[in-house]
Amino acid sequence: MGMTMTQKILAKHAGLSEVKPGQLVEAKVDLVLGNDITAPVAITEFEKAGLTQIFDRDKIAIVLDHSTPCKDIKSAQLCAQAREFAKKHSITNFFDVGKVGIEHALLPEQGLTAPGEVIVGADSHTCTYGALGAFSTGIGSTDMAAAMATGSLWFKVPSAIKVTLKGKLPRYVGGKDIILHLIGLIGVDGALYQSLEFAGEGVAELSMDDRFTISNMAIEAGAKNGIFPVDYQTWTYLEGRVQRPWEGVEADADAEYTREVVIDLSELRPTVSLPHLPSNTRTVDQVAGTPVQQVVIGSCTNGRLKDLAEAAAILEGRTVHDGVRCIVIPATQQIYMDAMREGYIETFITAGCAVSTPTCGPCLGGHMGVLSNGERCVSTTNRNFVGRMGPTDSEIILANPAVAAAAAVSGEIVDPASLS
Amino acid sequence: MNMKIYKYGDNVDTDVIIPARHLNDPDPKALASHCMEDIDADFAKTVEEGDIVVGGANFGCGSSREHAPLAIKASGVKCVIAKSFARIFYRNSINIGLPILECPEAAEAIVPGDAVSVDFATGVITDDTQGKSWQAAPFPEFIEGIIKSGGLLNSLKARGVAK
Repeated sequence: MGMTMTQKILAKHAGLSEVKPGQLVEAKVDLVLGNDITAPVAITEFEKAGLTQIFDRDKIAIVLDHSTPCKDIKSAQLCAQAREFAKKHSITNFFDVGKVGIEHALLPEQGLTAPGEVIVGADSHTCTYGALGAFSTGIGSTDMAAAMATGSLWFKVPSAIKVTLKGKLPRYVGGKDIILHLIGLIGVDGALYQSLEFAGEGVAELSMDDRFTISNMAIEAGAKNGIFPVDYQTWTYLEGRVQRPWEGVEADADAEYTREVVIDLSELRPTVSLPHLPSNTRTVDQVAGTPVQQVVIGSCTNGRLKDLAEAAAILEGRTVHDGVRCIVIPATQQIYMDAMREGYIETFITAGCAVSTPTCGPCLGGHMGVLSNGERCVSTTNRNFVGRMGPTDSEIILANPAVAAAAAVSGEIVDPASLS
Repeated sequence: MNMKIYKYGDNVDTDVIIPARHLNDPDPKALASHCMEDIDADFAKTVEEGDIVVGGANFGCGSSREHAPLAIKASGVKCVIAKSFARIFYRNSINIGLPILECPEAAEAIVPGDAVSVDFATGVITDDTQGKSWQAAPFPEFIEGIIKSGGLLNSLKARGVAK
Protein backbone atom coordinates (compact mmCIF):
# COMPACT_ATOMS: atom_id res chain seq x y z
CA MET A 1 0.00 0.00 0.00
CA GLY A 2 1.29 3.49 -0.84
CA MET A 3 1.86 6.16 1.77
CA THR A 4 0.80 9.79 2.11
CA MET A 5 3.37 12.54 2.63
CA THR A 6 2.73 12.47 6.39
CA GLN A 7 3.04 8.69 6.59
CA LYS A 8 6.32 8.74 4.64
CA ILE A 9 7.86 11.38 6.91
CA LEU A 10 6.79 9.52 10.05
CA ALA A 11 8.09 6.20 8.69
CA LYS A 12 11.47 7.69 7.89
CA HIS A 13 11.81 9.34 11.30
CA ALA A 14 10.77 6.12 13.02
CA GLY A 15 13.38 4.12 11.06
CA LEU A 16 10.70 2.05 9.32
CA SER A 17 10.22 1.31 5.65
CA GLU A 18 6.47 1.45 5.95
CA VAL A 19 3.79 2.59 8.38
CA LYS A 20 0.03 2.15 8.40
CA PRO A 21 -2.75 4.38 9.72
CA GLY A 22 -3.41 3.71 13.40
CA GLN A 23 0.10 2.35 14.03
CA LEU A 24 1.89 3.81 17.05
CA VAL A 25 5.46 4.82 16.29
CA GLU A 26 8.28 6.52 18.11
CA ALA A 27 9.77 9.10 15.76
CA LYS A 28 12.80 11.36 15.99
CA VAL A 29 12.01 15.05 15.97
CA ASP A 30 13.99 17.75 14.16
CA LEU A 31 12.73 20.68 16.22
CA VAL A 32 10.88 21.12 19.52
CA LEU A 33 9.09 24.42 20.13
CA GLY A 34 7.61 26.11 23.17
CA ASN A 35 6.40 29.60 24.04
CA ASP A 36 6.11 31.73 27.18
CA ILE A 37 2.84 30.03 28.21
CA THR A 38 3.66 26.40 27.45
CA ALA A 39 7.46 26.21 27.88
CA PRO A 40 7.40 27.15 31.61
CA VAL A 41 4.99 24.26 32.30
CA ALA A 42 7.30 21.95 30.31
CA ILE A 43 10.35 23.23 32.18
CA THR A 44 8.68 22.68 35.55
CA GLU A 45 7.75 19.11 34.55
CA PHE A 46 11.25 18.50 33.11
CA GLU A 47 12.89 19.58 36.36
CA LYS A 48 10.31 17.93 38.61
CA ALA A 49 11.03 14.62 36.88
CA GLY A 50 14.70 15.09 37.74
CA LEU A 51 15.76 15.44 34.10
CA THR A 52 18.98 17.36 33.57
CA GLN A 53 19.95 17.00 29.90
CA ILE A 54 18.38 18.25 26.69
CA PHE A 55 18.89 16.18 23.54
CA ASP A 56 20.26 18.94 21.29
CA ARG A 57 20.61 22.62 22.09
CA ASP A 58 20.23 23.53 18.40
CA LYS A 59 16.94 21.70 18.00
CA ILE A 60 14.87 23.41 20.66
CA ALA A 61 13.19 26.76 20.05
CA ILE A 62 11.78 28.87 22.86
CA VAL A 63 9.81 31.85 21.61
CA LEU A 64 8.45 34.40 24.09
CA ASP A 65 5.57 35.65 21.96
CA HIS A 66 2.26 35.24 23.76
CA SER A 67 2.16 37.71 26.65
CA THR A 68 5.11 39.82 25.58
CA PRO A 69 6.23 42.52 26.08
CA CYS A 70 5.05 41.22 29.44
CA LYS A 71 1.53 42.24 30.33
CA ASP A 72 1.71 41.57 34.06
CA ILE A 73 3.95 40.32 36.86
CA LYS A 74 3.00 36.66 36.56
CA SER A 75 3.70 36.67 32.82
CA ALA A 76 7.04 38.32 33.49
CA GLN A 77 7.86 35.55 35.96
CA LEU A 78 7.03 32.86 33.39
CA CYS A 79 9.26 34.60 30.83
CA ALA A 80 12.04 34.78 33.42
CA GLN A 81 11.73 31.03 34.03
CA ALA A 82 11.98 30.31 30.29
CA ARG A 83 14.87 32.73 29.89
CA GLU A 84 16.80 31.09 32.71
CA PHE A 85 16.26 27.59 31.31
CA ALA A 86 17.36 28.68 27.83
CA LYS A 87 20.52 30.17 29.30
CA LYS A 88 21.28 27.20 31.53
CA HIS A 89 21.02 24.75 28.61
CA SER A 90 22.60 27.12 26.05
CA ILE A 91 19.54 26.85 23.81
CA THR A 92 20.50 28.42 20.48
CA ASN A 93 17.07 29.35 19.23
CA PHE A 94 15.82 31.44 22.10
CA PHE A 95 13.86 34.50 21.02
CA ASP A 96 13.22 37.31 23.47
CA VAL A 97 11.55 40.72 23.15
CA GLY A 98 13.24 42.74 20.42
CA LYS A 99 14.09 39.70 18.33
CA VAL A 100 10.92 37.75 18.91
CA GLY A 101 8.18 37.29 16.38
CA ILE A 102 5.04 35.18 16.48
CA GLU A 103 6.48 31.67 16.57
CA HIS A 104 4.81 30.23 13.47
CA ALA A 105 5.84 33.16 11.31
CA LEU A 106 9.27 33.43 12.93
CA LEU A 107 10.58 29.86 12.69
CA PRO A 108 10.07 29.44 8.91
CA GLU A 109 11.45 32.95 8.34
CA GLN A 110 14.58 32.01 10.32
CA GLY A 111 15.05 28.84 8.29
CA LEU A 112 14.36 26.57 11.27
CA THR A 113 11.73 24.50 9.46
CA ALA A 114 12.29 22.53 6.26
CA PRO A 115 10.49 19.98 4.08
CA GLY A 116 10.47 16.39 5.26
CA GLU A 117 11.21 17.31 8.87
CA VAL A 118 9.27 16.33 11.99
CA ILE A 119 8.53 19.42 14.08
CA VAL A 120 6.59 19.40 17.32
CA GLY A 121 5.54 22.42 19.30
CA ALA A 122 3.70 23.11 22.52
CA ASP A 123 1.29 25.30 20.63
CA SER A 124 -1.63 23.98 18.63
CA HIS A 125 -0.79 26.08 15.56
CA THR A 126 2.54 24.31 15.14
CA CYS A 127 0.83 22.62 12.19
CA THR A 128 1.73 25.78 10.20
CA TYR A 129 4.99 24.31 8.85
CA GLY A 130 3.06 21.76 6.82
CA ALA A 131 3.03 24.57 4.26
CA LEU A 132 6.69 23.71 3.62
CA GLY A 133 6.06 19.99 3.30
CA ALA A 134 7.11 19.20 6.86
CA PHE A 135 5.19 17.02 9.32
CA SER A 136 4.47 19.41 12.14
CA THR A 137 1.95 19.17 14.91
CA GLY A 138 0.90 20.65 18.21
CA ILE A 139 1.63 18.90 21.49
CA GLY A 140 1.31 19.70 25.19
CA SER A 141 3.90 20.79 27.69
CA THR A 142 4.69 17.33 29.07
CA ASP A 143 5.22 16.12 25.50
CA MET A 144 7.53 19.08 25.02
CA ALA A 145 9.51 18.12 28.12
CA ALA A 146 9.79 14.54 26.86
CA ALA A 147 10.86 15.64 23.38
CA MET A 148 13.43 18.06 24.83
CA ALA A 149 14.91 15.22 26.87
CA THR A 150 14.88 12.44 24.30
CA GLY A 151 14.61 14.01 20.84
CA SER A 152 11.74 11.72 20.02
CA LEU A 153 8.03 11.32 20.66
CA TRP A 154 5.25 8.81 20.15
CA PHE A 155 2.74 9.35 17.36
CA LYS A 156 -0.29 7.55 16.05
CA VAL A 157 0.11 7.41 12.28
CA PRO A 158 -2.85 9.34 10.89
CA SER A 159 -5.12 8.40 8.04
CA ALA A 160 -5.63 11.22 5.59
CA ILE A 161 -8.12 13.43 3.83
CA LYS A 162 -6.99 14.60 0.39
CA VAL A 163 -7.91 18.20 -0.37
CA THR A 164 -7.63 18.79 -4.09
CA LEU A 165 -7.45 22.42 -5.14
CA LYS A 166 -8.22 23.50 -8.69
CA GLY A 167 -8.92 26.72 -10.56
CA LYS A 168 -7.69 30.25 -10.00
CA LEU A 169 -8.26 32.55 -7.03
CA PRO A 170 -10.67 35.45 -7.51
CA ARG A 171 -9.74 38.93 -6.21
CA TYR A 172 -9.92 39.40 -2.42
CA VAL A 173 -9.87 35.63 -1.90
CA GLY A 174 -6.81 33.94 -0.39
CA GLY A 175 -5.55 31.23 1.91
CA LYS A 176 -7.83 32.31 4.77
CA ASP A 177 -10.95 31.91 2.65
CA ILE A 178 -9.83 28.49 1.43
CA ILE A 179 -9.25 27.14 4.93
CA LEU A 180 -12.41 28.71 6.40
CA HIS A 181 -14.41 27.27 3.50
CA LEU A 182 -12.87 23.84 4.10
CA ILE A 183 -13.60 23.96 7.85
CA GLY A 184 -17.15 25.02 7.04
CA LEU A 185 -17.45 21.98 4.78
CA ILE A 186 -16.01 19.30 7.04
CA GLY A 187 -16.56 20.79 10.52
CA VAL A 188 -14.31 21.52 13.50
CA ASP A 189 -13.74 17.80 14.01
CA GLY A 190 -13.99 16.85 10.34
CA ALA A 191 -10.35 15.78 10.25
CA LEU A 192 -10.02 14.58 13.86
CA TYR A 193 -6.92 12.37 14.30
CA GLN A 194 -6.27 12.73 10.54
CA SER A 195 -3.91 14.63 8.27
CA LEU A 196 -5.09 17.06 5.63
CA GLU A 197 -3.02 16.53 2.49
CA PHE A 198 -3.33 19.33 -0.04
CA ALA A 199 -2.88 18.54 -3.71
CA GLY A 200 -3.93 19.53 -7.20
CA GLU A 201 -3.08 22.17 -9.77
CA GLY A 202 -4.54 24.88 -7.55
CA VAL A 203 -1.60 24.55 -5.13
CA ALA A 204 0.66 26.37 -7.61
CA GLU A 205 -1.77 29.32 -7.41
CA LEU A 206 -0.99 29.80 -3.74
CA SER A 207 1.81 31.97 -2.39
CA MET A 208 3.79 30.61 0.55
CA ASP A 209 2.00 33.08 2.83
CA ASP A 210 -1.36 31.65 1.68
CA ARG A 211 -0.11 28.13 2.33
CA PHE A 212 1.08 29.05 5.83
CA THR A 213 -2.39 30.43 6.58
CA ILE A 214 -4.05 27.23 5.37
CA SER A 215 -1.76 24.80 7.21
CA ASN A 216 -1.97 27.01 10.32
CA MET A 217 -5.70 26.43 10.66
CA ALA A 218 -5.65 22.67 9.95
CA ILE A 219 -6.07 22.24 13.73
CA GLU A 220 -9.36 24.14 13.49
CA ALA A 221 -10.71 21.16 11.52
CA GLY A 222 -9.38 18.88 14.26
CA ALA A 223 -6.51 17.75 12.02
CA LYS A 224 -3.20 16.51 13.31
CA ASN A 225 -1.44 18.36 10.50
CA GLY A 226 -2.04 19.97 7.12
CA ILE A 227 0.65 19.37 4.54
CA PHE A 228 1.48 20.79 1.10
CA PRO A 229 3.58 19.32 -1.68
CA VAL A 230 7.03 20.83 -2.17
CA ASP A 231 7.21 22.84 -5.39
CA TYR A 232 9.07 25.69 -7.05
CA GLN A 233 7.60 28.23 -4.64
CA THR A 234 8.75 26.22 -1.65
CA TRP A 235 12.25 26.04 -3.11
CA THR A 236 12.28 29.77 -3.70
CA TYR A 237 11.14 30.43 -0.12
CA LEU A 238 13.79 28.14 1.36
CA GLU A 239 16.63 29.60 -0.68
CA GLY A 240 18.92 31.59 1.57
CA ARG A 241 16.97 30.56 4.68
CA VAL A 242 17.67 26.87 5.23
CA GLN A 243 21.37 26.07 5.08
CA ARG A 244 21.25 22.42 6.21
CA PRO A 245 20.41 19.60 3.79
CA TRP A 246 16.77 18.62 3.65
CA GLU A 247 14.78 16.03 1.79
CA GLY A 248 11.21 16.57 0.75
CA VAL A 249 8.78 13.72 0.19
CA GLU A 250 6.02 13.09 -2.31
CA ALA A 251 2.86 11.14 -1.68
CA ASP A 252 2.80 7.77 -3.42
CA ALA A 253 0.45 7.60 -6.40
CA ASP A 254 -1.40 4.77 -4.65
CA ALA A 255 -1.54 6.44 -1.21
CA GLU A 256 -4.88 5.85 0.49
CA TYR A 257 -7.21 8.60 1.63
CA THR A 258 -10.38 8.16 3.64
CA ARG A 259 -12.04 10.83 1.51
CA GLU A 260 -11.29 13.51 -1.05
CA VAL A 261 -12.58 17.07 -0.90
CA VAL A 262 -12.32 19.07 -4.12
CA ILE A 263 -12.30 22.86 -3.90
CA ASP A 264 -12.63 24.98 -7.02
CA LEU A 265 -10.82 28.17 -6.04
CA SER A 266 -12.57 30.18 -8.73
CA GLU A 267 -15.92 29.60 -7.02
CA LEU A 268 -14.81 30.90 -3.61
CA ARG A 269 -15.91 34.24 -2.19
CA PRO A 270 -14.39 36.12 0.74
CA THR A 271 -15.46 33.95 3.66
CA VAL A 272 -15.97 34.69 7.35
CA SER A 273 -16.63 32.53 10.43
CA LEU A 274 -19.33 33.79 12.76
CA PRO A 275 -19.26 33.20 16.53
CA HIS A 276 -18.47 30.86 18.15
CA LEU A 277 -16.90 28.18 15.95
CA PRO A 278 -14.57 28.44 12.94
CA SER A 279 -16.93 26.09 11.08
CA ASN A 280 -19.77 28.61 11.28
CA THR A 281 -18.91 30.06 7.89
CA ARG A 282 -20.73 32.51 5.61
CA THR A 283 -19.67 34.37 2.49
CA VAL A 284 -19.05 38.03 3.23
CA ASP A 285 -22.10 39.22 1.27
CA GLN A 286 -24.37 37.15 3.55
CA VAL A 287 -23.32 39.15 6.63
CA ALA A 288 -22.72 42.59 5.09
CA GLY A 289 -23.89 45.38 7.39
CA THR A 290 -22.92 43.66 10.65
CA PRO A 291 -21.51 46.42 12.89
CA VAL A 292 -18.05 46.03 14.45
CA GLN A 293 -16.18 47.87 17.21
CA GLN A 294 -12.71 46.40 16.76
CA VAL A 295 -10.57 44.97 13.98
CA VAL A 296 -7.40 42.93 14.52
CA ILE A 297 -5.03 42.32 11.63
CA GLY A 298 -2.15 40.02 12.52
CA SER A 299 -1.42 36.69 14.29
CA CYS A 300 0.29 33.45 13.24
CA THR A 301 -2.56 33.02 10.78
CA ASN A 302 -2.48 36.35 8.95
CA GLY A 303 0.35 38.56 10.17
CA ARG A 304 2.69 38.04 7.21
CA LEU A 305 3.77 40.55 4.57
CA LYS A 306 1.16 39.54 1.98
CA ASP A 307 -1.55 39.94 4.63
CA LEU A 308 -0.34 43.41 5.55
CA ALA A 309 -0.14 44.32 1.85
CA GLU A 310 -3.77 43.29 1.36
CA ALA A 311 -4.88 45.29 4.39
CA ALA A 312 -2.81 48.32 3.33
CA ALA A 313 -4.33 48.26 -0.16
CA ILE A 314 -7.75 48.76 1.44
CA LEU A 315 -6.63 51.30 4.06
CA GLU A 316 -4.58 53.42 1.63
CA GLY A 317 -6.26 56.81 1.32
CA ARG A 318 -9.05 55.81 3.71
CA THR A 319 -9.53 56.25 7.46
CA VAL A 320 -10.65 53.91 10.21
CA HIS A 321 -14.35 54.45 10.87
CA ASP A 322 -15.46 56.39 13.96
CA GLY A 323 -16.09 54.01 16.81
CA VAL A 324 -13.75 51.30 15.47
CA ARG A 325 -10.34 50.44 16.90
CA CYS A 326 -8.09 48.85 14.29
CA ILE A 327 -5.01 47.04 15.63
CA VAL A 328 -2.32 45.89 13.22
CA ILE A 329 0.40 43.51 14.40
CA PRO A 330 3.16 42.48 12.01
CA ALA A 331 4.07 38.90 12.96
CA THR A 332 7.85 39.35 13.05
CA GLN A 333 10.39 42.15 13.22
CA GLN A 334 11.47 41.35 9.64
CA ILE A 335 7.87 41.60 8.43
CA TYR A 336 7.54 44.86 10.38
CA MET A 337 10.60 46.31 8.65
CA ASP A 338 9.54 45.04 5.23
CA ALA A 339 6.10 46.59 5.76
CA MET A 340 7.76 49.83 6.75
CA ARG A 341 9.87 49.86 3.56
CA GLU A 342 6.79 49.16 1.49
CA GLY A 343 4.99 52.09 3.14
CA TYR A 344 2.28 49.91 4.71
CA ILE A 345 3.02 51.04 8.26
CA GLU A 346 2.64 54.68 7.27
CA THR A 347 -0.62 53.81 5.54
CA PHE A 348 -1.90 52.08 8.70
CA ILE A 349 -0.95 54.90 11.05
CA THR A 350 -2.26 57.59 8.70
CA ALA A 351 -5.55 55.70 8.50
CA GLY A 352 -5.78 55.69 12.30
CA CYS A 353 -4.66 52.14 13.14
CA ALA A 354 -2.64 51.18 16.20
CA VAL A 355 0.48 49.29 15.09
CA SER A 356 2.17 46.99 17.61
CA THR A 357 5.41 45.11 18.05
CA PRO A 358 4.97 41.37 17.29
CA THR A 359 2.84 39.56 19.87
CA CYS A 360 0.05 36.98 19.98
CA GLY A 361 -1.68 39.38 22.42
CA PRO A 362 -5.29 39.94 21.33
CA CYS A 363 -5.76 36.61 19.50
CA LEU A 364 -6.11 34.79 22.80
CA GLY A 365 -7.50 37.70 24.78
CA GLY A 366 -4.18 38.25 26.48
CA HIS A 367 -3.43 41.92 25.94
CA MET A 368 -3.19 44.54 23.17
CA GLY A 369 -6.88 44.50 22.28
CA VAL A 370 -9.13 42.76 24.81
CA LEU A 371 -12.84 43.35 24.13
CA SER A 372 -15.54 44.70 26.46
CA ASN A 373 -19.06 43.38 26.97
CA GLY A 374 -21.14 42.97 23.86
CA GLU A 375 -18.38 44.14 21.54
CA ARG A 376 -17.70 42.53 18.19
CA CYS A 377 -14.30 42.16 16.55
CA VAL A 378 -13.49 41.22 12.98
CA SER A 379 -10.18 39.45 13.30
CA THR A 380 -7.71 37.78 10.98
CA THR A 381 -6.87 35.33 13.79
CA ASN A 382 -7.88 31.69 14.00
CA ARG A 383 -10.39 31.10 16.79
CA ASN A 384 -13.74 32.67 17.62
CA PHE A 385 -14.56 30.60 20.70
CA VAL A 386 -16.69 31.96 23.56
CA GLY A 387 -14.62 34.37 25.65
CA ARG A 388 -11.50 34.01 23.48
CA MET A 389 -10.88 37.77 23.19
CA GLY A 390 -12.90 39.15 26.08
CA PRO A 391 -16.07 38.55 28.10
CA THR A 392 -18.36 35.68 27.14
CA ASP A 393 -20.81 38.07 25.49
CA SER A 394 -18.16 39.53 23.16
CA GLU A 395 -17.90 38.19 19.64
CA ILE A 396 -15.18 37.41 17.12
CA ILE A 397 -15.73 37.09 13.39
CA LEU A 398 -12.81 35.48 11.56
CA ALA A 399 -11.91 36.95 8.20
CA ASN A 400 -9.12 37.56 5.72
CA PRO A 401 -7.03 40.77 5.96
CA ALA A 402 -8.87 42.60 3.14
CA VAL A 403 -12.26 41.90 4.71
CA ALA A 404 -10.94 42.97 8.12
CA ALA A 405 -9.51 46.22 6.73
CA ALA A 406 -12.74 46.90 4.84
CA ALA A 407 -14.67 46.46 8.11
CA ALA A 408 -12.30 48.90 9.81
CA VAL A 409 -13.02 51.67 7.31
CA SER A 410 -16.75 50.93 7.06
CA GLY A 411 -17.62 50.24 10.71
CA GLU A 412 -19.46 47.17 9.50
CA ILE A 413 -18.77 44.08 7.47
CA VAL A 414 -18.62 44.80 3.75
CA ASP A 415 -17.36 42.99 0.69
CA PRO A 416 -14.01 44.66 -0.05
CA ALA A 417 -14.97 44.68 -3.73
CA SER A 418 -17.87 47.00 -2.93
CA LEU A 419 -15.64 49.79 -1.59
CA SER A 420 -15.55 52.59 -4.10
CA MET B 1 -23.44 7.49 45.71
CA ASN B 2 -21.88 10.79 46.65
CA MET B 3 -20.70 12.09 43.27
CA LYS B 4 -21.92 14.51 40.67
CA ILE B 5 -22.07 14.57 36.89
CA TYR B 6 -21.24 17.73 34.96
CA LYS B 7 -22.54 17.36 31.42
CA TYR B 8 -21.58 19.57 28.47
CA GLY B 9 -22.19 19.58 24.72
CA ASP B 10 -19.97 19.17 21.67
CA ASN B 11 -16.73 21.07 21.00
CA VAL B 12 -15.91 22.11 24.56
CA ASP B 13 -12.71 24.03 23.77
CA THR B 14 -9.70 24.57 25.99
CA ASP B 15 -10.41 28.32 26.06
CA VAL B 16 -13.61 27.68 28.01
CA ILE B 17 -12.01 24.94 30.12
CA ILE B 18 -9.41 27.48 31.22
CA PRO B 19 -9.51 30.97 29.67
CA ALA B 20 -6.17 32.40 28.50
CA ARG B 21 -6.43 35.28 30.98
CA HIS B 22 -5.63 32.75 33.72
CA LEU B 23 -2.68 31.06 32.01
CA ASN B 24 -0.22 33.43 33.67
CA ASP B 25 -0.46 31.28 36.80
CA PRO B 26 0.08 27.61 35.92
CA ASP B 27 -0.27 26.39 39.51
CA PRO B 28 -2.88 23.59 39.18
CA LYS B 29 -4.92 24.84 42.16
CA ALA B 30 -5.05 28.36 40.71
CA LEU B 31 -6.13 26.92 37.36
CA ALA B 32 -8.79 24.80 39.05
CA SER B 33 -10.31 27.88 40.68
CA HIS B 34 -11.22 29.17 37.20
CA CYS B 35 -11.97 25.85 35.51
CA MET B 36 -14.95 26.02 33.11
CA GLU B 37 -15.87 29.53 34.26
CA ASP B 38 -16.80 30.77 30.77
CA ILE B 39 -19.19 27.87 30.14
CA ASP B 40 -20.34 27.03 33.68
CA ALA B 41 -19.80 29.66 36.37
CA ASP B 42 -20.85 27.22 39.11
CA PHE B 43 -18.40 24.44 38.22
CA ALA B 44 -15.40 25.62 40.23
CA LYS B 45 -17.61 26.48 43.22
CA THR B 46 -19.41 23.16 43.40
CA VAL B 47 -17.08 20.49 41.98
CA GLU B 48 -15.80 17.93 44.47
CA GLU B 49 -13.33 15.05 44.54
CA GLY B 50 -14.71 12.11 42.58
CA ASP B 51 -17.08 14.03 40.29
CA ILE B 52 -17.24 13.14 36.59
CA VAL B 53 -17.30 15.41 33.53
CA VAL B 54 -19.27 14.17 30.52
CA GLY B 55 -18.69 15.84 27.16
CA GLY B 56 -19.89 15.49 23.59
CA ALA B 57 -17.77 15.22 20.46
CA ASN B 58 -14.34 16.84 20.08
CA PHE B 59 -13.91 17.55 23.80
CA GLY B 60 -10.86 19.73 24.48
CA CYS B 61 -10.52 21.20 21.00
CA GLY B 62 -8.48 24.30 20.26
CA SER B 63 -5.37 25.43 22.08
CA SER B 64 -2.73 22.90 23.13
CA ARG B 65 -2.66 24.31 26.65
CA GLU B 66 -1.95 21.47 29.08
CA HIS B 67 -3.40 23.85 31.65
CA ALA B 68 -6.83 22.55 30.54
CA PRO B 69 -6.51 18.92 31.69
CA LEU B 70 -4.43 20.16 34.65
CA ALA B 71 -7.32 22.41 35.72
CA ILE B 72 -9.85 19.59 35.43
CA LYS B 73 -7.59 17.15 37.29
CA ALA B 74 -6.83 19.63 40.08
CA SER B 75 -10.58 20.24 40.45
CA GLY B 76 -10.80 16.69 41.77
CA VAL B 77 -12.60 15.34 38.71
CA LYS B 78 -12.20 11.57 38.61
CA CYS B 79 -12.47 11.22 34.84
CA VAL B 80 -13.83 12.73 31.65
CA ILE B 81 -16.17 10.66 29.51
CA ALA B 82 -16.80 12.01 26.00
CA LYS B 83 -18.01 11.00 22.55
CA SER B 84 -14.58 11.92 21.20
CA PHE B 85 -11.56 13.95 22.27
CA ALA B 86 -9.50 16.48 20.34
CA ARG B 87 -6.13 14.86 19.81
CA ILE B 88 -3.84 17.23 21.73
CA PHE B 89 -6.18 17.16 24.74
CA TYR B 90 -6.18 13.36 24.50
CA ARG B 91 -2.36 13.23 24.58
CA ASN B 92 -2.11 15.79 27.33
CA SER B 93 -4.59 13.97 29.55
CA ILE B 94 -2.69 10.70 29.23
CA ASN B 95 0.63 12.45 29.77
CA ILE B 96 -0.47 14.13 33.00
CA GLY B 97 -2.58 11.25 34.31
CA LEU B 98 -6.15 12.58 33.91
CA PRO B 99 -8.27 9.52 33.14
CA ILE B 100 -10.32 9.96 29.94
CA LEU B 101 -12.77 7.53 28.41
CA GLU B 102 -14.03 7.66 24.84
CA CYS B 103 -17.54 6.20 24.77
CA PRO B 104 -20.20 7.86 22.58
CA GLU B 105 -23.08 5.79 24.01
CA ALA B 106 -22.27 6.55 27.65
CA ALA B 107 -21.63 10.22 26.86
CA GLU B 108 -25.05 10.40 25.21
CA ALA B 109 -26.99 8.52 27.89
CA ILE B 110 -25.55 9.76 31.19
CA VAL B 111 -27.38 12.76 32.66
CA PRO B 112 -26.69 14.96 35.69
CA GLY B 113 -27.99 13.31 38.84
CA ASP B 114 -27.02 9.80 37.75
CA ALA B 115 -24.77 7.72 39.97
CA VAL B 116 -21.94 6.58 37.73
CA SER B 117 -18.95 4.41 38.47
CA VAL B 118 -15.97 3.56 36.29
CA ASP B 119 -13.74 0.51 36.33
CA PHE B 120 -10.49 1.84 34.92
CA ALA B 121 -8.97 -1.60 34.60
CA THR B 122 -11.66 -2.79 32.21
CA GLY B 123 -13.00 0.52 30.83
CA VAL B 124 -16.53 -0.40 31.90
CA ILE B 125 -18.73 2.59 32.76
CA THR B 126 -21.77 1.78 34.92
CA ASP B 127 -24.77 4.04 35.44
CA ASP B 128 -26.50 2.65 38.54
CA THR B 129 -29.40 5.10 38.25
CA GLN B 130 -30.27 3.92 34.74
CA GLY B 131 -29.11 0.35 35.34
CA LYS B 132 -26.91 0.44 32.24
CA SER B 133 -23.28 -0.15 31.52
CA TRP B 134 -21.01 0.55 28.56
CA GLN B 135 -17.55 -0.44 27.38
CA ALA B 136 -15.22 2.49 26.61
CA ALA B 137 -12.68 2.27 23.79
CA PRO B 138 -9.60 0.46 25.14
CA PHE B 139 -6.19 2.16 25.18
CA PRO B 140 -3.41 0.67 23.04
CA GLU B 141 -0.84 -1.20 25.11
CA PHE B 142 1.81 1.52 24.63
CA ILE B 143 -0.51 4.20 26.02
CA GLU B 144 -1.65 1.87 28.80
CA GLY B 145 2.05 1.70 29.75
CA ILE B 146 2.28 5.48 30.04
CA ILE B 147 -0.82 5.56 32.22
CA LYS B 148 0.46 2.75 34.47
CA SER B 149 3.85 4.47 34.90
CA GLY B 150 2.06 7.58 36.17
CA GLY B 151 2.55 9.77 33.12
CA LEU B 152 4.86 10.20 30.16
CA LEU B 153 8.01 11.44 31.90
CA ASN B 154 7.90 8.67 34.48
CA SER B 155 7.52 6.11 31.72
CA LEU B 156 10.54 7.52 29.87
CA LYS B 157 12.61 7.41 33.04
CA ALA B 158 11.48 3.87 33.72
CA ARG B 159 12.63 2.91 30.23
CA GLY B 160 15.94 4.70 30.79
CA VAL B 161 15.60 6.88 27.70
CA ALA B 162 15.56 10.25 29.49
CA LYS B 163 18.27 11.62 31.77
